[in-house]
Amino acid sequence: MSNPTVDVPRTVSAGGAGRFLIWASIVLLCAWVLVPIYLLMVNALSSPAQVSGFPKSGLPGFDFASLQFFAGFAGVAKALWNSILVAVLTMALSIGIGAPAGYALSRFDFPGKEVFRMLVVMTRAFPLPLLALPLAVMFIRTGLDDTALGLALVHTVLAIPFAVLITFSLFSGIPLELEEAAWTLGCNRWQAFQRVVLPLVLPGIAASAVFAFTISWNEVFAAAVLTIENRTLPAFLIQNLNVSPLHLKFAGGAAMVIPALIFIFAVRKYLFAMWGIANR
Amino acid sequence: MAEIVIKNVAKRFGSFTALHSIDLTIADQEFMVLLGASGCGKTTLLRIIAGLETPSQGEVWIGGRRVDHLPPRERGIAMVFQNYAVFPHLTVFENIAFGLRMKKLPQAEVDARVNRTAELMHIEQLLRRYSGQLSGGQRQRVAVARALAMEPDVILMDEPLSNLDALLRLEMRAELKGVLANSKTTTIYVTHDQVEAMSLADRISVMNGGKIVQAASPVEVYRNPAARFVGSFIGNPPMNFLPANRSAAGQWSVAGLDVPGPAAGDALEFAIRPEDLTVAAEGFAATARVVEPLGAHTLVTAEVGGQMFRAVLDSDLKVSPGDELRLSPKADRIRWFNRETGLAAG
Amino acid sequence: MPARFLPYLMLLPATIFLLVFFVYPFIQIAILAVTQDGGFSLQPITTMATHWKFNAALGWTVLLAAVVVPLQLVMALSMATIVTKLKTGRSTILYIFSIPLGLSDLAAGIVWLAIFEQSGFLNSMLAGLGVIEQPILFLGYQNIWVIFLAVVLAELWRATAIVMVILVSGMGLIPKEYYEAGEVFGANGWQRFWRITLPLLRPSLQSALILRTLAAFEVFAVVTALGGTTLPVLMGETFNWQFAMQDRNVASAYALVILGISIAATLFFLRALRVPKGATI
Repeated sequence: MSNPTVDVPRTVSAGGAGRFLIWASIVLLCAWVLVPIYLLMVNALSSPAQVSGFPKSGLPGFDFASLQFFAGFAGVAKALWNSILVAVLTMALSIGIGAPAGYALSRFDFPGKEVFRMLVVMTRAFPLPLLALPLAVMFIRTGLDDTALGLALVHTVLAIPFAVLITFSLFSGIPLELEEAAWTLGCNRWQAFQRVVLPLVLPGIAASAVFAFTISWNEVFAAAVLTIENRTLPAFLIQNLNVSPLHLKFAGGAAMVIPALIFIFAVRKYLFAMWGIANR
Repeated sequence: MAEIVIKNVAKRFGSFTALHSIDLTIADQEFMVLLGASGCGKTTLLRIIAGLETPSQGEVWIGGRRVDHLPPRERGIAMVFQNYAVFPHLTVFENIAFGLRMKKLPQAEVDARVNRTAELMHIEQLLRRYSGQLSGGQRQRVAVARALAMEPDVILMDEPLSNLDALLRLEMRAELKGVLANSKTTTIYVTHDQVEAMSLADRISVMNGGKIVQAASPVEVYRNPAARFVGSFIGNPPMNFLPANRSAAGQWSVAGLDVPGPAAGDALEFAIRPEDLTVAAEGFAATARVVEPLGAHTLVTAEVGGQMFRAVLDSDLKVSPGDELRLSPKADRIRWFNRETGLAAG
Repeated sequence: MPARFLPYLMLLPATIFLLVFFVYPFIQIAILAVTQDGGFSLQPITTMATHWKFNAALGWTVLLAAVVVPLQLVMALSMATIVTKLKTGRSTILYIFSIPLGLSDLAAGIVWLAIFEQSGFLNSMLAGLGVIEQPILFLGYQNIWVIFLAVVLAELWRATAIVMVILVSGMGLIPKEYYEAGEVFGANGWQRFWRITLPLLRPSLQSALILRTLAAFEVFAVVTALGGTTLPVLMGETFNWQFAMQDRNVASAYALVILGISIAATLFFLRALRVPKGATI
């Protein structure tokens, strides 16, 4: 109030210097995100000799020798397959278990609801990959050690809080009135869910499934602890880091990054809605 | 035949009692309005009839069948929701056909019924659209059409017009009245809007604090409120009330005026509607405080015996704030209420 | 009345799952950490605490979190503020900003390895500029602070996105009228940020900080990819004891330490950024 010119620089900055500053920082930040990925791709698309060569030009050699070497390297194909298998299992488990809980939380009021919410929220205060240590013992006893299912169970613990909270927010976004309308029009609970709720939440459920997939795809520690023969890609890479040549690391890195880019692109519309509610 | 009988129905949410032992009978093909302020229990009662809420006690009968333990789909009802609940993933046609498909009616019958109700609600040109492409008024029409297509014995409506703007509400109100009168259904309609209630209802149930205070025809509810609450809730402006003290047998002293009244009782309240007052030589001594010319008439807020008192007067009458007037009540429109119970006396 | 049991039925799988695979294993960790040869013993904890790498691992881990998390918060707040000001291209830029969110810490480590390794792009650039003649071994054991810097950069690069996403969603929940009211009452842009945005953003700040600090304590693959075992961190030591030394009791003792500092950090942020009852949006 004491400064009547406050509004003047605002209007000026909106059109001139301020705008330039904003766009300059955007370009800078985009470069900060994209250039390292680009450099990884340059290495992945260069021959092994080019990868260890010096100095580098910063342009890819468009030589697929590194990637071919990676693809043909013993254990890589199996590791890729294991990664996909574990991620798919994680996806199915976390949605299959988490979605009903999310629905119950959004639709019913019942004693014990807060206790369950606390249990889910509490998982966030715990370093979850550490679960792999005691579970390794438990899995040996039950025959789940070194299996895709065993690892998927641990990854599901990581993914389930998100699955519950995200599906909770998805279901909460569907007015109860729509379900009630379906009940008055002749549906039982299940039919109403199937015909009215499910079609409306399906895209969101798919997004949270992809999210669960990504969590599993990227997890390193538990995967490295719990698998020996049936390694996932990250477990395989970290186990061989100090013995593998550079071009193998970079090709492996690229193999991990590219699917992740696609996943994030697929769920980009839901990213913010998911986190907006999930952090309440 | 779908007479609705509600026997001794109560609903408690934890320690809060939303409905206290309600008894109500709604005749076949009657249009019953549940009227009350928000929180009075009217929507809870409607939802109990629909089967969306389970009563804590009591019975609900529809068409001679006890239904309080049946799910909504087995009660032979259709409902129009406050926010319309038009399914966003289905076209208007499929929305209207939804209940018919659940009944597994043949396609020809579905087509015929959808087209007939769509025509009735003037939405036949919208059948291919989705909810997102409709205005609020159009969604409202779809919701009503969807209920009518079921050809139900009972239609339940939960504040269906409250989300429309004033002009559209007026239009829809008239249309609803016509359509429902022809449909031969029993209708229960929840609203907090007394004008809507008066214009639509065969009978109004005025609710307050989880109880039905009065269930009677609109004119009866207006003219002969069964309780002080009804008089103060219905009418715009509402009834005027003044404390009355017995001066002689059948004679009551009201704000310095002697008024003939009931023979029994000793602490009563005198009540009169603002439009039943005229300026005369004899009457309550009033000092005008606020004068609001409304065209057809003039609303004068005056002070009588230290209390606020409203009168609807002829607009030709020249009154200014501060003027002293004499306001005379029409003798046959005076009502009396017990000061303790708030119930009508005499 | 089956409807009354329906919610419990739906919660049952998730509850059982979390009890078996979350609550029980953490109890197991606590038990394993104080067990030796089948009996109660403080030996695993003593072994851990007296091992020469323990203090270094704890120190580096905490230092890393103390450096990375505040920087991330500042970066994410700037990114979120810039993004909310945008009208054109908003969704594209948001997508680009959030790309690292989908990447694993291992991938991030490998990405920055491409820059920092001896024949990498940093050396190439320095040579191209004529600053150096021979490539420098940045990530050697004698350059532990360079390794630390590389890890900080990789962590900033990878995990700032999640903080930004949480903050952008949080900002989206603040109604515009508050800013308009602030403007009417004479607050300039900077004052509006400090007096309206930040206080109302507290719940989002809280969850972002908890999430990130805990993840920073769990740092593992980035460090391994960039520095092998030169820069010891708690999670890396846990892994070593489990695998190289085959002693799961000491590994569990390490896990208990990570758990301890995680819970301490969570409680700290819950208290420090507490929102008074009724003061929510």
